Amino acid sequence: MLTVKGITKIFNQGTVNENVALSDFSLTLEEGDFVTVIGGNGAGKSTLLNCVAGVYTIDQGSIFIGDKDVSKLPEYKRASVIGRVFQDPMKGTAANMGIEENLALAYRRGKFRGLRWGISNKEREIYKEYLSHLDLGLEDRLSDQVGLLSGGQRQALTLLMATLKKPKLLLLDEHTAALDPKTAEKVLQLSDRFVKEGNLTTLMVTHNMRHAIEHGNRLIMMHEGKVILDIKGEEKQQLTVEDLLKRFGQVSGEEFSNDRALLS
Amino acid sequence: MLQIILGAISLGLIWAILTIGVYITFRILDIADMTVEGSIAMGAAIAATAIVNGMNPFAATVLAFLGGMAAGLITGFLHTKLKIPALLAGILTMIALYSINLHIMGKANVSILRMHTIYTPMENLGVSPTNSVMLFAFISVIAIVGILYWFFGTEVGCAIRATGNNPQMARAQGINTNNMITLGLIISNGLVALCGALIAQSQSFADVQMGIGSIVIGLASVIIGEVIFGKRNFLNCLISLVLGAITYRIIIALVLKMGMPANDLKLFTAITVAIALSLPVFKTYLRPIKKSIKGGDL
Repeated sequence: MLTVKGITKIFNQGTVNENVALSDFSLTLEEGDFVTVIGGNGAGKSTLLNCVAGVYTIDQGSIFIGDKDVSKLPEYKRASVIGRVFQDPMKGTAANMGIEENLALAYRRGKFRGLRWGISNKEREIYKEYLSHLDLGLEDRLSDQVGLLSGGQRQALTLLMATLKKPKLLLLDEHTAALDPKTAEKVLQLSDRFVKEGNLTTLMVTHNMRHAIEHGNRLIMMHEGKVILDIKGEEKQQLTVEDLLKRFGQVSGEEFSNDRALLS
Repeated sequence: MLQIILGAISLGLIWAILTIGVYITFRILDIADMTVEGSIAMGAAIAATAIVNGMNPFAATVLAFLGGMAAGLITGFLHTKLKIPALLAGILTMIALYSINLHIMGKANVSILRMHTIYTPMENLGVSPTNSVMLFAFISVIAIVGILYWFFGTEVGCAIRATGNNPQMARAQGINTNNMITLGLIISNGLVALCGALIAQSQSFADVQMGIGSIVIGLASVIIGEVIFGKRNFLNCLISLVLGAITYRIIIALVLKMGMPANDLKLFTAITVAIALSLPVFKTYLRPIKKSIKGGDL
């Protein structure tokens, strides 16, 4: 479903601050794959997601979603097949707009936006139904401004928005990192459920090794812009955090350097 | 005194159109668009020149509206395609428009005294000139508020609001934010030019200098409206803008009546806006102690 072929992304090329975030990076996801991505600080995890989403243009290589080459498509055009949830709960929703208005924006992802009403009454019923599945009581607050919601509620809403129109690819960029452990757990459960129900091809960046192991059917570890570990199937099910740390040391010859990952 | 107030209301109603235009960029798109200063004079210049050349005043006013939209398109192009910061893009268009407006008029000002204007049909019905301006402006404002209320509830209107509120989210939801910003600038400057056309016809002349300070007047009206008349929902906001524009004119009329020299008018307005915009800062200075004591139950 997603094919990343030999992409390179260099920031500040030709200056003293030159930083090779991704070098000749390749990755293929089959339909329905749920891949967790883990790695130290500056390993290129978020850069990868941003390149796939079209936030950054790539310097080399190509990106295919399905059979379509999206390498040169702008971010807003790729959005028709990509659902995204960001690390910062403030980033995924429009704070000054209502819950239903945010959902209506997501409902029209990839469609032409004309002079029809921004929300129809029929949609409101659908949104109510979907929101009730979140179990956050949001179904009774359709017209409330999203700015009034907590971080966890906003992430859950963003998740719903990302999957409202079934995307070919779901990108979760450390989407629980800014939440407290209990809320993070709940948002992760929701993510699992949405992915399973929609059989969504998913790429989830996380800094939490346990989350990376417990979720998804495949785990890749990145280091200095490359994949250094790629574990799937049976092997992934038996993986432990200790294994992962040990194997990181063997492959990279360094200590795993992500303070947040070690603390959690 | 009543005459002064009525005059202020009439002027305020016309300037409410500019205020709504400024609101679209300043609040909805979150851009300070300086194009306004050029496009208001442009609207006046186009309408006056067209009327002098024998065009129907209604057609002339529509032409002015289209001219303003073109100005907004230019600023949008400079900002979104050429990546010039919004403030600078607006200033560039504003300065360019100064020359263009001189070209349109062929001189620094054009008089349309005793010519047919958009207000003439009403005057022909026996309404006094002052009242017909007020009545016409009132009807226009009602129509514009209605149309914008509808427009910003449509799919594309929602997309513009989302773009101003959170561009990153808008793009992730497949919205072409560049086009939405440009569209917002086009609508805003169209309205501003329309305001210019109505002003020129009510005062019977257009002047290349008339745009100076108009952005500040627009901002002052937006802020006065929001503070005094509220911003609970979009319709409430639009109505507040109209009332804000009128209130601003009444305040100005009163301070002039009380003896403030007309030359100090722009200084007075600038200071008012500066104070209003800095209110949030003062509020945080006045309240920090209270908050830190209560901080325990976070």
